[in-house]
Amino acid sequence: MARIDLDLAHSYRPNPRKDEDYALLPLKMSFADGGAYALLGPSGCGKTTMLNIISGLVVPSQGSVKFGERDVTRASPQQRNIAQVFQFPVIYDTMTVAENLAFPLRNRGVAPERIRQRVGRIAEMLELSGQLDRRAAGLAADAKQKISLGRGLVREDVSAVLFDEPLTVIDPHLKWQLRRKLKQIHHELKLTLVYVTHDQVEALTFADQVVVMTRGRAVQVGTASELFERPSHTFVGHFIGSPGMNFLPADVLPGAPAGAAKLGVRPEYVTLAAPQAAGAVAATVTQRQDIGTYWLLGAALADGSVVRARLGGEQAIPQLGETAWLTLAGGHTCWYGANEELVA
Amino acid sequence: MKPVNQKAWLLILPVVICVAFSAILPLMTVVNYSVQDIISPERRVFVGTEWFKAVMRDDDLQGALLRQIGFSLAVLVVEIPLGIMLALSMPAKGWKASAVLVIVAISLLIPWNVVGTIWQIYGRTDIGLLGAALAKLGIDYSYTGSARDAWLTVLVMDVWHWTPLVALLCYAGLRAIPDAYYQAARIDGASKLAVFRFIQLPKLRGVLMIAVLLRFMDSFMIYTEPFVLTGGGPGNATTFLSQYLTQKAVGQFDLGPAAAFSLIYFLIILLLCFVLYNWMQRVGTADKTEAGHG
Repeated sequence: MARIDLDLAHSYRPNPRKDEDYALLPLKMSFADGGAYALLGPSGCGKTTMLNIISGLVVPSQGSVKFGERDVTRASPQQRNIAQVFQFPVIYDTMTVAENLAFPLRNRGVAPERIRQRVGRIAEMLELSGQLDRRAAGLAADAKQKISLGRGLVREDVSAVLFDEPLTVIDPHLKWQLRRKLKQIHHELKLTLVYVTHDQVEALTFADQVVVMTRGRAVQVGTASELFERPSHTFVGHFIGSPGMNFLPADVLPGAPAGAAKLGVRPEYVTLAAPQAAGAVAATVTQRQDIGTYWLLGAALADGSVVRARLGGEQAIPQLGETAWLTLAGGHTCWYGANEELVA
Repeated sequence: MKPVNQKAWLLILPVVICVAFSAILPLMTVVNYSVQDIISPERRVFVGTEWFKAVMRDDDLQGALLRQIGFSLAVLVVEIPLGIMLALSMPAKGWKASAVLVIVAISLLIPWNVVGTIWQIYGRTDIGLLGAALAKLGIDYSYTGSARDAWLTVLVMDVWHWTPLVALLCYAGLRAIPDAYYQAARIDGASKLAVFRFIQLPKLRGVLMIAVLLRFMDSFMIYTEPFVLTGGGPGNATTFLSQYLTQKAVGQFDLGPAAAFSLIYFLIILLLCFVLYNWMQRVGTADKTEAGHG
């Protein structure tokens, strides 16, 4: 186990020139030993590429991968002693659950007695003990995914466990069980976990640190609340939250800091104000939706830009077509420059 | 309960008529022949099961049947592993993959009688590349003189003609295995042999069953190639079932025994089909329950 340092770029094309040619633009990233990380981003943002570079399935076209002080850029997955769980459960059809779990150890020539011991322990941890002698092929998807995970954990001293959207094929009601299991394993074994997903709820509940990625770039690394309160890039504001952050021209409010082109405010922090109240802006209600625990309001400002607000149900919600007065500025307001980056 | 509607019978009537004329009536004609001694078009005598008894006791037929079973088994034993090996060594993508696919498929496009002719010339010791080369090497080879050589030539010819089919089926099966399996195997530290044994072979099970079925049935009915190449000789060395049957029916005009024998032949194939079909169905259901769970 060690800290993982990436300082690299990767392109699947032989001679990358433009930014678009890169799957991963030049980046530096560190994963602390024992941390739980999530790589979050839309399809094609480079998160799986980054995962495969860590595991050694892909060799970066430039730069290096270090585990602690050891340079493993060209080391095979086996030499790196990495465990990886894929989107679709990978199991060896002809083997029993126990044989599946024992497979990585057998390949490494571990003594049978030791294998039995490890398999027993991991099966117990993953609640597979009762199914050890069953054919793995006949099991349900969540059990298969547990076996995939178990094959990673069965080795002692794995450097890190990597997950590539492991819950995609799992039934919703089993998802949270499996996710809790992962958290529990993280707690017990103190392993470094890196979890790739496009689902923000999954990323934010699983990881201590979330890496938000888009177009081959890691735009922000932070805790759930950092990503929510201070998105360092408009993409993060957009991608995290439901609905995403409102972005408005900076001149809708007075007092924009120098260099600010956009104002960002979370729908959660937009509040109703009294007509003509200081700092409030007038907007025409264009959308009004009862979400159950709250109301989702869409309102158009004078310049045509739309603000969405999450409002508690205890207040009077303006009707469609009415003019609502909204407070946008406050402690939670973020300002963004023309390059979409946070300025204040 | 669903309402009963007898109109459906009308709709399947065309199929019934087609099948009757193409299969049932000819088969009944054969059944008719098999229980009669046809002396001349005007004179025929009912003989009951006599032809069946005679045919079952016929040494030539028993010989042909054994030869046929031996040949079909040899075809499977050689072509299936060879096809798998070929598929494993074919490139997976790029222009090389397309080129190799075309080259491998060429022999499948050649008509049966042409295949026979090609090998007939290829094996000749005076002008054939294979025959002349073997003669030069001092190997006494003659597919017209030696029973062993003739048999081997027919087998090699079939392997040359049909292994590509097995290879293409396996190739398609291999390409259908998701990359994640290979990646997981690399992470688990599996050797190449283990990847083959635990990933590729189990995933190829479906296509291999189809390959076995096709090759077994096809080789069991082989006729044209040995007919062109060796004419069944030397002696009876390469006379397989269908050729024996043709000799009897068309050559000697022994319609009764030939009909009795073709019914037995038909029953053998029906039995094998039944066994293979059930075996495939059972494995198919097992796969489906797996998929249902997963």
